[in-house]
Amino acid sequence: MLEMNAQSRVIAPAELGNSLRQAGGDRLDRRSRLKFFNSTFKVICVSAAVFVCLVLFGILFLMFRTGIMTFETVSFKEFFFSANWDPENGHFGALLFIFGTFALTGLTLVLAVPIAVLIAVFLAEITPVWLRGALRPVMDLLVGIPSVVYGYLGLTILIPMLRELTGRDLADGLLAAAIVLAIMVLPTIARISDDAISAVPKKYRDASYALGSTRFQTIFGVVLPAARSGIVYAIILGMARAIGETMAVVMVIGNTPQLADSLFTPTAVLTSNIVMQITSVEFDSTWNYALYLMGFLLLAISLLLIVAVRLLQKKGAKAS
Amino acid sequence: MQATALIEINKLNLFYGAFQALKHVSLEIPQRAITAFIGPSGCGKSTLLRTLNRMNDMIPGARVEGSIEIGGTDIYAGDVHVETLRKKVGMVFQQPNPFPKSIYDNVAYGPRLHGITKKRELDEIVENSLRSAALWNEVKDHLKRSALSLSGGQQQRLCIARALAVGPDVLLMDEATSALDPISTIKIEELAQELKDRYTIVMVTHNMHQAARVSHQTVFFLNGEVVEYSATEKLFSDPSDQRTEDYISGRFG
Ligand SMILES: Nc1ncnc2c1ncn2[C@@H]1O[C@H](COP(=O)(O)OP(=O)(O)OP(=O)(O)O)[C@@H](O)[C@H]1O
Ligand SMILES: [Mg+2]
Repeated sequence: MLEMNAQSRVIAPAELGNSLRQAGGDRLDRRSRLKFFNSTFKVICVSAAVFVCLVLFGILFLMFRTGIMTFETVSFKEFFFSANWDPENGHFGALLFIFGTFALTGLTLVLAVPIAVLIAVFLAEITPVWLRGALRPVMDLLVGIPSVVYGYLGLTILIPMLRELTGRDLADGLLAAAIVLAIMVLPTIARISDDAISAVPKKYRDASYALGSTRFQTIFGVVLPAARSGIVYAIILGMARAIGETMAVVMVIGNTPQLADSLFTPTAVLTSNIVMQITSVEFDSTWNYALYLMGFLLLAISLLLIVAVRLLQKKGAKAS
Repeated sequence: MQATALIEINKLNLFYGAFQALKHVSLEIPQRAITAFIGPSGCGKSTLLRTLNRMNDMIPGARVEGSIEIGGTDIYAGDVHVETLRKKVGMVFQQPNPFPKSIYDNVAYGPRLHGITKKRELDEIVENSLRSAALWNEVKDHLKRSALSLSGGQQQRLCIARALAVGPDVLLMDEATSALDPISTIKIEELAQELKDRYTIVMVTHNMHQAARVSHQTVFFLNGEVVEYSATEKLFSDPSDQRTEDYISGRFG
């Protein structure tokens, strides 16, 4: 039986060769078909990429074109270096908003990043499996909560608490906004860092333990450095969300166009000021143009920060 | 060749959950010599090797009975400091696993863990370890380069250097040459030969010629049991158990 099977499997070389040829007189042979699919696919990919770039540059250009008209009546110097924002009386100093945006984003990250990374370490390395299975979906849910909800919680819980703690009448300001934003971006940064840490190969941990390191030393000496680029990516996403966040910020920052000289001074940032004023300005006014210019700045700043973080990370990677 | 036994394994049982991976293993491992573990895949060689530096502790469900004494101390006793044990019993893995750091930082990682911070001291340890691992001449001009840019054989020697840098007395090598080409393999075998004057080496190997070439004592495992162990020449030329003879003559496994 076996023998017969073996016999029937022997095939003449020419027969084998022929069997490899295309059956039938197909006009589109395999190669041209492949070429067709390849080139179509390439065209689709390239046009998608070009489309995305066009949209981005289109937005940038439109904002810029309207925004630049600000400088017909306002000097460059005033816009960028004055903190006097009083459009009704012809003062367009946007420094306070620019400063506010940088300060708020920085403060948010200072609060959020260490906690988020610790949560990620806890989730990825320390939590027992059953708890991890419960915590991860919860974190994912938190990522999806609309920002207005965070703002509302800030307004009704955080601000009264801050008032109590500091004994001030007003607690609206950079700190309140930064705390709300930090809580908001925390799940994003934590979950993406968690994934990055979990993806670090086990062999690195093994090597570290085999040299006599403790769990703590292994996490901080090997695992976190190996997960660095993923963690930086998580921070960029969190940062982008913090810079652009409007609703939650409007609700707790105080919305007063004055330079924040303390953490509790009611102030405003680029986003919150745009949304508060855009509906009440005339279409053809310098005020309107200035708001467009601020929108453009916001975009430019977030792009810049992303590039900066990427560069920093590259430098860090080379150094170690 | 009967040197003093450094490690004494006594009636060791190891369970992964309900599965018993090691059965009544009793064994003596002599000091400053090379002991080879051979046997078919899945017979428990790696498992036994990992019990020697307690890397099995981290496997959920793994449980040990019996005792392992190193220099008279039971390493599974409650007062044993596991980190110190692992510092004294170094390990080289089957797949080269250098950290994604520079060559220098890979070797310096261990000493730094154990509290050495002075640059001069570290430099010295790094150089000595790389020399001992026969890698110094190849990498001395680019210690800052990423360890991942080295070839597989160089990476494995780097891992040996990294293990030596913390000053171990025992070196465990789990099929350390199985992912390497013949030339790198020979280099590491020669290295083991040199190191055996200073270290007690235990190596797992699937390569019977390697065991015969480099080791002083060979242990043959089957299904979690030690079938036979003796001086390497004796085991290969005049095995006392039929199953050993079948295995080394290639009749199974
Ligand atoms: N983490 C683990 N959990 C459960 N069972 C395991 C685990 N590690 C190993 N085993 C089992 O224990 C037995 C011995 O495994 P071990 O890895 O020690 O074999 P080995 O002799 O090193 O084999 P190889 O030569 O293929 O590396 C095998 O049956 C394996 O399936
Ligand atoms: Mg193995």
